[in-house]
Amino acid sequence: MKLTGSKILLESLIQEGVETIFGYPGGTVINIYDDLMGSSIKHVLTRHEQAAVHAADGYARATGKVGVAIATSGPGATNTITGIATAYMDSIPMVVITGQVPTGLIGNDAFQEADTVGLTRPITKHNYLVRDVKDLALIIKKAFYIARTGRPGPVVIDLPKDVQIDKAKFEYPDKVELRGYKPTYSGNMRMIVKAVKMMLAAKKPVLYVGGGATLTDSHAELLKLAEALQIPVTTTLMGMASFPTRHSLSLGMLGMHGTYYANMAVTSSDLLIALGARFDDRVTGKISTFAPHAKIIHVDVDPTSIKKNVRVDLPIVGDLLDVLKKMNKKLAEHKDEVAQANLALKPWHEEVAAWRKDHPMSYKPSKKEIKPQFVIEKLRELSNDDAIVTTEVGQHQMWTAQFFDFTQPRTFLSSGGLGTMGYGLPAALGAQVAFPDRQVIDISGDGSFQMNSQELATLVQYRLPVKIAILNNNFLGMVRQWQQLFFDKRYSQTCMELPIDFIKLAEAYGATGLRASKPEEVEEVIKKAFDTPGPVIMEFKVSREENVMPMVPAGAGLNEMVLAS
Amino acid sequence: MRHTISVLVENEFGVLTRIAGLFSGRGFNIESLSVAPTLDPTISRMTIVTSGDDRILEQVTKQLNKLIDTIKIIDFTGEDYVEREMALIKVTAEESTRAEILRICDIFRGKVVDVTPKCYTVEVTGSPVKVSAIIDLLRPMGIKELVRSGPVVLGRGPKGWKSG
Ligand SMILES: Cc1ncc(C[n+]2csc(CCOP(=O)(O)OP(=O)(O)O)c2C)c(N)n1
Repeated sequence: MKLTGSKILLESLIQEGVETIFGYPGGTVINIYDDLMGSSIKHVLTRHEQAAVHAADGYARATGKVGVAIATSGPGATNTITGIATAYMDSIPMVVITGQVPTGLIGNDAFQEADTVGLTRPITKHNYLVRDVKDLALIIKKAFYIARTGRPGPVVIDLPKDVQIDKAKFEYPDKVELRGYKPTYSGNMRMIVKAVKMMLAAKKPVLYVGGGATLTDSHAELLKLAEALQIPVTTTLMGMASFPTRHSLSLGMLGMHGTYYANMAVTSSDLLIALGARFDDRVTGKISTFAPHAKIIHVDVDPTSIKKNVRVDLPIVGDLLDVLKKMNKKLAEHKDEVAQANLALKPWHEEVAAWRKDHPMSYKPSKKEIKPQFVIEKLRELSNDDAIVTTEVGQHQMWTAQFFDFTQPRTFLSSGGLGTMGYGLPAALGAQVAFPDRQVIDISGDGSFQMNSQELATLVQYRLPVKIAILNNNFLGMVRQWQQLFFDKRYSQTCMELPIDFIKLAEAYGATGLRASKPEEVEEVIKKAFDTPGPVIMEFKVSREENVMPMVPAGAGLNEMVLAS
Repeated sequence: MRHTISVLVENEFGVLTRIAGLFSGRGFNIESLSVAPTLDPTISRMTIVTSGDDRILEQVTKQLNKLIDTIKIIDFTGEDYVEREMALIKVTAEESTRAEILRICDIFRGKVVDVTPKCYTVEVTGSPVKVSAIIDLLRPMGIKELVRSGPVVLGRGPKGWKSG
């Protein structure tokens, strides 16, 4: 039987196991929207295409499945760009479908035409312009395969309107072969044996864990490895929640706003084991003083990550879960050596403990003002262990990473690589769609919140009970902090002059708004928010000029942390 | 340092922009690039001359490999290979210089492929160094226009890229 392109699209999505898509209609996708009416696929109508993509991203990060978003051509497609770039930088599996003007009009500056394939080429893992309906099913198959395998990432399918209308025989391919794309999954055994030997011999080893651990769901194997070898673990922002922060081996986050003890441990280490991390400049600080005494083992599924920024002594290309399993298996065969290695690490643990004691992660509490860090601690205390937390970008994001103490994988969703303000609310929306019964909390700043606040409407419409905590400092706090520290307190354009009544805003959308202005009100507001059905904004009037500390100033080494301001 | 690499890619819509975009987006140099389909019409072969230290070259090849449309990369650095470039040179040919132009052409095994009363168009093939040399010698006569193809290369010996 022959089907139209738009039906083929929806049937293919069903074959891929897609249940929910996020999107926004328009002229060049109107056929698809028409067919959606009778389809089993659930469509969530966001209020902006950027939010649709972030929602698909949040859905993907929370579940591990491929997120799907759809938008119309031209302005719809350009609105997706920030969302796609955000997903690309953090390697999130996603398929974005955009409408396009009919093939005969492409290149004519037609109404609502934009070169979507050209625009998205540098921010996608791959993209396709479908020029013949006969190719459509195979392209969709390839797109999902590419998005979810190897180092995951977003794939765009640009679908001209006439291709949606044209008909072809529908048969969803069950296999796909791409001669130019064959990711290496299986870690090389010889290298793994070498790595295990190095780990057993190290006197000051550190496990440095990135987003790869989250993406491969490697938390259990990671815990096993760390505990077996008693190696301290530091994570990046993207690796956060893959190793429980309260574990005695946890050093918390490293890098610019990492813990003093994580950064000192890395700087003193004689063996750094990088697991699915890419040595981002926010992690390494000045490269020349990064882990100067360490041999470096680097496990990554993407060969381009290896030796991109730092020298590597032992590269292992492969899937992190596969490599960790093999490492753990090897270790199980060498029980005696492991016991010996554990003993030999005692001085290292003492050294790390001393750093931890000297400069624990802390802040100055206050009885007069609400400290933002205090709000984060209270949110942790009063929320469920499996609560999913999203953030926007800025100081509140760093405080969340520093003070929330994540315990379960895939519970912290944040834009790490691109640092996209406006990510958190729509990402929370996506996560809540995936897990209607779990607590989902967006921790936000007053600046970031206003970048996608229109999504309150989507939350209310779909009864998504996301709880939004706005740490309101009336500043673009993170930029203000830099201006304070590096530009003589010249607060150029970072004061949000107009105070917003967030309670009224919430109510205008049919959500609930609560406010805490004094420290003693914080707990009450959080409890009330968690007890209120539906979406709730909690506004916390926090101390305005609080800084995120400690901090490695841009260009400085990890051992040159500023501890307080 | 100068490196010559061959990239075998899917002969797909937009593949050239993917490769060129990768170079510009990551700040890699392209000195020259030539591309045409291979015996298998679904595969195109590009010859790219780039420059940079070893670390950059490693990134260039890894990043090229990462593209879905890239089937194979051959890095000729340190390999034994044949390298040829073609140039067409339109040079002013006065009464007084014609003989000299023909003599230079002869030495470089070039050919005059177009003649007008005041102008010769010379075709020459060889290593890029050789092509540069004939250009230098013809320059004093007055070069009106010039086009170089950029080099194409093939490894020496019996092996083809599929077996190697
Ligand atoms: C889309 C976007 N624009 C600009 C920036 C630069 N930027 C980084 S943090 C920040 C301030 C964020 O302010 P707010 O959301 O109020 O959070 P706070 O730092 O006060 O916690 C800005 C403007 C960004 N990261 N993303």
